[in-house]
Amino acid sequence: MKIYVKIMPKEGVLDPQGKAIENSLKQLGFTDVQEARQGKIVELNLDIKNEEDALALTREMSERLLANMVIEDFEISIIKDDL
Amino acid sequence: MKAAIIVFPGSNCDRDIAVSFRNVAKIEPKMVWHKETHIPDCNIIIVPGGFSFGDYLRCGSIAANSPIMREVIKKSKEGFPIIGICNGFQILTETRLLPGTLIRNNCLSFICKTTKLSVVNNRTYFSQKYFESQIIDIPIAHNEGNYFANDEIIKELEDNNQIAFKYCDEDGNFSNDANPNGSLKNIAGIINKKGNVLGMMPHPERATNRLSRLNDGENFFLSIAETLQ
Repeated sequence: MKIYVKIMPKEGVLDPQGKAIENSLKQLGFTDVQEARQGKIVELNLDIKNEEDALALTREMSERLLANMVIEDFEISIIKDDL
Repeated sequence: MKAAIIVFPGSNCDRDIAVSFRNVAKIEPKMVWHKETHIPDCNIIIVPGGFSFGDYLRCGSIAANSPIMREVIKKSKEGFPIIGICNGFQILTETRLLPGTLIRNNCLSFICKTTKLSVVNNRTYFSQKYFESQIIDIPIAHNEGNYFANDEIIKELEDNNQIAFKYCDEDGNFSNDANPNGSLKNIAGIINKKGNVLGMMPHPERATNRLSRLNDGENFFLSIAETLQ
């Protein structure tokens, strides 16, 4: 099962990289940009069939390693392989 | 007297701190590879600076989960003295032995320069040879040294006198101008509640050599030597 973990800086935490992207976009003339924030996505391939088990395990991995809960939030999505 | 220095792939201040321990503190250093599962007989543990595991994921996050760190965490609970410098500080926050975390410098660039620090708490295992509010010159070299924690943690650090060092100007003021990286409250180093774990971004081991014209770091190592006696 393929899973994406999206990790973003928490609201209110200084995100200097997002700020730099925001300023650069504005300088390019994209004046509609109000805010840019930068996070990361970790793609996991799990040898698990059951979605609930996969979510529980990913949550644990995210809390223990993938995200730093002091400054980051994470969101888990299961990628449906139905092509 | 022995000091265990933990070495990760990418550590690069391990040799410098070994020299400072041997020459200044007169404590024999012993290098310990991160894959070890046992801390050799020693009196203090040092997690040195560098770029452990290439700063992958987050600075210190991979190192924090290495086999040896499980032992370091056990030792810390027994009240064993433990120091993390620069990347070592980042690793200790990732293991949660120290509260808060270190984020990207607010100036967005790597800073390598000598900073002025105020010894905010000189009643620690690591700072008693300084006088209170003494201003010392110690170099920093980091990209992620911006100390961050929520208001609750900051209040706790202040109430329990856990802030050991702060960036200051030459008059000892904790001004914004004297803050190189955006750290909350100008924090440069903190101790845990028990007082046996210290984390700091500046490098005292880079200020123990008269040839470099910086020797304010010597009292750091002499404090440790006195504590361990």
